[in-house]
Amino acid sequence: MSDFFTMSVIVATLASGIRLATPFLLAALGETVGQRSGVLNLGVEGVMLIGAFVAYYTTLKTDSTALSIFLSLAAGVVMGLLYAFITLVMHAEQGISGIGIYLFGLGITDLLFQKQVGTPLPIGGLGTVEIPLLADIPWIGEVFFQHSVLVYTAFLLVPVVWFVINRTTFGLNIRAVGETPEAADTLGVSVNLTRTWTILIGNGLAGLAGGALALELGIFQQNLTSGRGFIAIALVYFGAWRPVGVMFGALLFGIVSATVNQWKTLGIIEGAASSLASMAPAVLTIVVLVLVSRRIDPPSALTRPFDRSA
Amino acid sequence: MTQRSRRFRRTAIAVLGVSSLVLAACGGDDDEPADEPAEAEEPTEEPAEEPAEEPAEEPAEDAVEEPAEEPTEEPAEGETVQIALVAPSAINDLAFTQSMYDSLERVAETRDISIDVSDGLFVVEDAGAAIRGYAEDGYDLVIAHGTQFGGPLAEIAPDFPEVSFMWGTSADTQGLDNVFAYTVRSDEGGYVNGMLAAQITESGTIGVVGPIDAGDAALYVDGFEAGAAAQDPAVTVNVNWIESFSDVALAAEAATSHISNGADVLTGTAQMVVGATGVAQQEGVPWFGTQSNQTPLGEDIVVASQVYHWEVVLEPILDQIAAGTLGGEVYTLTLENGGLVIEFNDAFGLDEAILAAAEETIAALTSGELTTGL
Repeated sequence: MSDFFTMSVIVATLASGIRLATPFLLAALGETVGQRSGVLNLGVEGVMLIGAFVAYYTTLKTDSTALSIFLSLAAGVVMGLLYAFITLVMHAEQGISGIGIYLFGLGITDLLFQKQVGTPLPIGGLGTVEIPLLADIPWIGEVFFQHSVLVYTAFLLVPVVWFVINRTTFGLNIRAVGETPEAADTLGVSVNLTRTWTILIGNGLAGLAGGALALELGIFQQNLTSGRGFIAIALVYFGAWRPVGVMFGALLFGIVSATVNQWKTLGIIEGAASSLASMAPAVLTIVVLVLVSRRIDPPSALTRPFDRSA
Repeated sequence: MTQRSRRFRRTAIAVLGVSSLVLAACGGDDDEPADEPAEAEEPTEEPAEEPAEEPAEEPAEDAVEEPAEEPTEEPAEGETVQIALVAPSAINDLAFTQSMYDSLERVAETRDISIDVSDGLFVVEDAGAAIRGYAEDGYDLVIAHGTQFGGPLAEIAPDFPEVSFMWGTSADTQGLDNVFAYTVRSDEGGYVNGMLAAQITESGTIGVVGPIDAGDAALYVDGFEAGAAAQDPAVTVNVNWIESFSDVALAAEAATSHISNGADVLTGTAQMVVGATGVAQQEGVPWFGTQSNQTPLGEDIVVASQVYHWEVVLEPILDQIAAGTLGGEVYTLTLENGGLVIEFNDAFGLDEAILAAAEETIAALTSGELTTGL
């Protein structure tokens, strides 16, 4: 255990935790925007997979990281258009539709990967961007300022999303349609248009989250996301539908995962304890979820479709 | 809402649902890697609902084909042996599943067999459904390629006494007469890799990324540690069991963690290691592979791979089936029987003296002069 409490190991663990938190954070921020407008999207996992495959395949073929990032986001937006059509135009039940999107993403990425790529060939990863001066600060520099561009993007999006939700007219509309869509509608707010935008934002960020994962790893494989999209949805509840809360949830999950990983590497936990420790992040999330859900209510209109003629 | 729009809505939802399920099913069932040339014995595209040729034990429905008076338990001489492979990951995973698929293709070069594949079945229940489906379709041999498939197999195999099953890695036929078990002395190749790694490391620390501490993965890691210790007792081997066969991101993070703790040589086993090899590639850390030749994952970093040649198991099992024995025996891959082969990556440029020492170790393990102690 004493090996863990050396500064270099703690720094590496925290840096690893931030890296691990990034895909969760991107996807959960997008889902937060969607849920604040009353739209639950259980298809985040599938959209992440599509974003991951698009980013991987684009890099494999063009070697352009920038294009890969853009296309992973664009792929998410396209999936958002589909989801908006299903839930807002066709008024399909959100939970079931989301599961359909997840299965679609799982299947199509597996199929395309097998047909277009086959053997998992490595691609160049994102690489580290060291922030001048800050990256040189002992310990702090390594923890916070030696990451890929998508890590910085994810954390910078936290205040951006907070600002949009809480300080803009668009954000007010989002909150209004998420709480009392009928009242918002009588005040001239287009409920479906507002929800369409939040779905596009949410799915775009989910696609980007998948892209971040594939580019960070430099590889793609079937079911690459391994349930991260579902954890991102849980983190929205964990964070009580607030961007800062979601960020702390993602960080907690990432850092606990990284700590367990370090303990295994150092041989601090082994055997049966290793299996139990692997569950620690999920167990911790569930515990906090239970505590949070007793104090904070979700958006009133969450999962409730809006039908003006009803 | 009008009746027409409701109907349209239901139709659209149904189309989406069906297409999702079809894509999910297609994604899990693949046949041949896109980047590989077609083989002469090309496997059929999908798990055949109706086998191309009806197996002998099924009464023929077509009047042209003369039904056998008594169902025969083994395929008749000259008849194509129908084999189904049910596997947890893709057939081109450069690991466990590919090792079996490649072996089947090698067997197909000399035997009249057909190969149908259901791969990517990480979910054991899905694999169980596939195993049962192939048995119902009357395949001659159904391969349940994964230790985790033992539970469903124990329930399915007794229902199909005329079908032969292969299950591994395991050294236990579960007392069933129609189940062959197969396993591998992966510790032997692990020992060689460990011995090599101990000579290459400069920091004296080696990292191992493992899935779950069981089966051939556990044996490989134990052999690796034994080989490293035999070469240099001062070398430290850190093992991280990530508790997943599929989480690539976790494997990558385990590799990163090893490197941050001083490891300058890495190895790992199972299909999720592509995450770890990605990190090794980015950091320029030498990598030792197992199950399949993993050189394509990093031509600059892969030193050597222990490759499973399951044809050493498949050949005698097919002979047994032809002779009417459908199970009850256990087969093992070893260096001695040629089921294990250490393949070196020439592009890595391994030191000649180290290579010679490795060859000597392989020869000693093959002859029995040296054992791994496991």
